[in-house]
Amino acid sequence: MNRRALSLLAPLVTGLLLLLAWQLLHAGLSPQKQFLVPAPAAVGRALIENHATLLQSAATTASGAALGLLAAVVIGSALAVVLAWSRVSRAALFPYLMILQMTPIIVFAPILVLLVEASLLRVASITFLICFFPLVVNATQGLVSVDPQLLDFFRLSRASRFDEFWRLRIPSAAPGFFTGLRIAATLAPIGAIVGDYTAGNSAGGVGGLGYQIILTSSRFQMPQLYATAIAGCVTGFLFVAAVVGLQWLVLRRWHPDYVGNDR
Amino acid sequence: MSADPAHVVCHALHKRFEEGPPVLEGITFSAAPRDFISLLGPSGCGKSTLLRLIAGLTPPTAGRIEIASRGPAKHREDLAFVFQESALLPWLTVAANVELPLQLRGMPAPRRHEIRDRVLAQVSLTEKANAYPRQLSGGQKMRVSLARALTVSPRLLLLDEPFGALDEMTRHHLNEELLALREREAWTAFFVTHSVAEAVFLSNRILVMAARPGRIHAEISVPLPFPRTAATRESAAYQQLVAEATATLRSAEDASSR
Repeated sequence: MNRRALSLLAPLVTGLLLLLAWQLLHAGLSPQKQFLVPAPAAVGRALIENHATLLQSAATTASGAALGLLAAVVIGSALAVVLAWSRVSRAALFPYLMILQMTPIIVFAPILVLLVEASLLRVASITFLICFFPLVVNATQGLVSVDPQLLDFFRLSRASRFDEFWRLRIPSAAPGFFTGLRIAATLAPIGAIVGDYTAGNSAGGVGGLGYQIILTSSRFQMPQLYATAIAGCVTGFLFVAAVVGLQWLVLRRWHPDYVGNDR
Repeated sequence: MSADPAHVVCHALHKRFEEGPPVLEGITFSAAPRDFISLLGPSGCGKSTLLRLIAGLTPPTAGRIEIASRGPAKHREDLAFVFQESALLPWLTVAANVELPLQLRGMPAPRRHEIRDRVLAQVSLTEKANAYPRQLSGGQKMRVSLARALTVSPRLLLLDEPFGALDEMTRHHLNEELLALREREAWTAFFVTHSVAEAVFLSNRILVMAARPGRIHAEISVPLPFPRTAATRESAAYQQLVAEATATLRSAEDASSR
């Protein structure tokens, strides 16, 4: 058997073993607790039966996550440039960024519920707050840590501060920016689900995945709850896949991770 | 080239970083136009720092530097620096890297493309114009870096161990190429190196430096005629000079107190 087939087969085998372990756990539980871990087949049935609802609420969650992530990218990148521009702005702003990062975002939920009418915007706001920090920190780090020889070269070429950022710091920060974006893309759907859970509503529809979690868990519909978790998982995977694809598009031509030394 | 090569005077230069020990002490010399001066010495003798002082990248603690009777800061238009490890921007193609100094100085595109194409041809890399630095060998990257330095028609060329990371054959080729460029271009050059053979081959003067504190230990004059070629390395005069310079470097190392 060749290596390629093996590397395809290995995760499949692991998956089957995990399903088997799940089935055994279900079978081994006492009858009173068995409902807490429904059989894989029951979860599969719930996925199929509720696929319309799940797709719709996953789309709702994904919209909130995408909107919040986009806002975090735009505002976070702008703030990173401000922070990288001068030592003074770093000294002035960084402590307060740290404080924001330490604050449990959940406290903003009840405030947002009263402050913002639209559920989508509440969810996006919570996603924004969760995604913001890793984006700012990684982008700032990228903008600040530039090869000193390249900086000397720009100084000797009498480059303007604008050129130094536009032609040197921003491109060389791209890998760091994408590190932050990957972290943020992992957090965004989780943030949106937390947002749904704490500050969302169904607004006449089926609501987001967080809302489905409240609904199904309060009704003790365990297979549906598990199916909702799987839908959240798939949404998160799609977000990360989108970022990895974008990163490939931007960096593939020059970055060593993609180009290699192909001479 | 219309501009004349630079005249460089360093007078009683001292350099220390903050409260550290002096890095350079009492550096005095002058370089005539078209001099090719190698700075040779044990590590820690401050030869790279001296190069950065001449470039105006860091100010001297005391003493003065004159380049064609002006200070270095005013003279950056006419000065080019070649860094260790080529220092190319990895996200730009070879062509874009080469024209960057002109772009940063605000030269309009048609004029700068013309210069770019000319210098790329000079280092025989025209067919690599659209490649990215990662796709080049170490020697090719260094040639791009040289081409980039030449775009500004420098009067003063500062090279900080540019070929240190290359294998010996590539280094020999690039040394020959550098001297061939020198035949056509009007610049004064300072060249930092660890290699005695390279210093002798390239320069008409070698400043041998000693460390702790960094100072000029001896000056060696290299009377071999230009143009020099690969055949120069075979000559008895060259080999004699390498042996002498090696002995001088050894005495500089002995004079560098530990």
